[in-house]
Amino acid sequence: MEVLMSIVVGILFSAAVYLMLSKSLLRIIIGTGLLSHGAHLLILTMGGLKTGAAPLLGEHAKVYVDPLPQALILTAIVISFGVTSFFLVLAYRSYQELGTDDMDQLRGNDQYE
Amino acid sequence: MTNLIILPILIPLLTGAILIFLKNRIMAQRVVATLSAITTLIVSFLMVHKVRNDGIQSLNISSWDAPFGITLVSDMFSAILVFTTSIVALVCLVYSFKSIGVEREKYYYYPVLNFLIVGINGAFTTGDIFNLFVFFEVMLMSSYVLLVLGGTKIQLRESIKYLLVNIISSALFVIAVAYLYSVVGTLNMAHISARISEASTNGMPGILTVIAVLFLIVFGLKGAIFPLYFWMPGSYYAPPAPVLALFGALLTKVGVYSITRTYTLFFYHDRDFAFQLLSILAILSVLVGVIGAIAYWDVKKIIIYNIIVAVGVILYGVSVMNHTALTGSVYYLIHDMLIKAALFLLVGVIIAITGTSNLKNISGLITRYPGLGWTFFIAALALAGIPPLSGFVGKLLIVQGGLEVESYIGAVLVLMSSLLVLFSIMKIFINGFWGEDRTYEGEEKAPVKWLLISPVILVVISALYGIGSESFLPYISQAAETLLDPSIYIEAVLKE
Repeated sequence: MEVLMSIVVGILFSAAVYLMLSKSLLRIIIGTGLLSHGAHLLILTMGGLKTGAAPLLGEHAKVYVDPLPQALILTAIVISFGVTSFFLVLAYRSYQELGTDDMDQLRGNDQYE
Repeated sequence: MTNLIILPILIPLLTGAILIFLKNRIMAQRVVATLSAITTLIVSFLMVHKVRNDGIQSLNISSWDAPFGITLVSDMFSAILVFTTSIVALVCLVYSFKSIGVEREKYYYYPVLNFLIVGINGAFTTGDIFNLFVFFEVMLMSSYVLLVLGGTKIQLRESIKYLLVNIISSALFVIAVAYLYSVVGTLNMAHISARISEASTNGMPGILTVIAVLFLIVFGLKGAIFPLYFWMPGSYYAPPAPVLALFGALLTKVGVYSITRTYTLFFYHDRDFAFQLLSILAILSVLVGVIGAIAYWDVKKIIIYNIIVAVGVILYGVSVMNHTALTGSVYYLIHDMLIKAALFLLVGVIIAITGTSNLKNISGLITRYPGLGWTFFIAALALAGIPPLSGFVGKLLIVQGGLEVESYIGAVLVLMSSLLVLFSIMKIFINGFWGEDRTYEGEEKAPVKWLLISPVILVVISALYGIGSESFLPYISQAAETLLDPSIYIEAVLKE
């Protein structure tokens, strides 16, 4: 199971890297979304995927799954939500102000060439 | 008073929350923010003394025992960094009053500034690797807002790049933590260190070396080492002077701190590969930094490239990893935080007077602004490491430590770099302050006297830090001892 998940995470990372190297800003943001999906799945996988009950003491099971990675993922998810929403608004604002979403035209050193 | 350790995090956090409610009342915001910055300074000063007298302080949050809950740990290294952060934060705050402009102040400038300090102090104090990630995010999120606040075109453009680079490095941080957790099964830094040294009786396992390099990439992206510095010259060019001073003095140093912490606490078994790599990258950072610093004719860019030089010098000292070099690194780290903040604020004053950062359009400032000129001159000498001033002792110890382990190339390059740093900064002094006097548009409106207070305070502190190095050295040396011997740290946290 871990092997399968690792391959899936690898595919997510390669898709994310491919998208983040493209020119359009929205594709880059989609890339960051896939990157954080990959990272979160990786935490879950690395915590171990042995079968056990959901981490609720009411289940009265002999073994539970590791609760720590789930807490880490939850934290990482809300952080990446916050950052992604900020990034989307920033992209919207910069499209309004700068009139382009092409990263090639956002280059910069026009002042001292 | 066991909770003293958490106060440098808690005070700015509460202040930031209160300031949100004072949105339009700028005077009230200024007063509250200043009072809280002064309180933080006093508390962090008390913390330094407590660590000096009673050894490493650790606080288990909610009284859960050490490896299971989050632990805050303040050894001497953390305590003096928090103290320095408080000094820099206070002077940048005072500088902001007359320079940042009412529009920005009304849009939550002071709250976000406080949250930035929360993130930085938290990152310096935490003893849990995932909590370090969370404090990094607190710091980065505030820095995104500070960078883009105002919404000019250059800020929007550079914020996109800064944001993207940091999202990627944060994802890599999560990945590195996931790998580390799967190998050692714990998140508490002292416990990780203990488990790694159990696993490394016959040299560190290969997977841990991979994780060490991954951490180097993550923190190198935050701390701008070669070849991961590419985002910095553009991004740091965008924000206004007090924000730039905070970024230049504090943000990259958090990356440097994290590299130092992880490498001295976790990966000290791997001198052959990870430390060699660190050493090579540090030396290359010094080289790239000086090349950039002498290449540009823009006052901001010159100082920005000098950050990369300083990061390289500090990390070279860490990679040597003996007592002399580590003492030098800690000493130089504190010096660099003070002097970079001072230089960026001085550059801010120059830009406020002249309205440009292009060195070719500035000359003869010394005739009408002698105070500014001589402060800049002293700051420049301190940066290059001229003996009575603060940059000297740190670099001397780093070079001496390098020579002790016969790392001649690195030591000589660090020495040579001082010459080029001096050249790059004197270029600003000679071209900007000497020469024929000229007038600039909008010059009368610049509140030069007020703006000069902050950098002068910083330069005075840095001069005292250099002249009185004998009395500071016991503190620095204590910090280096803890870094050199992780068992002190582990015992203080796990209390075996």
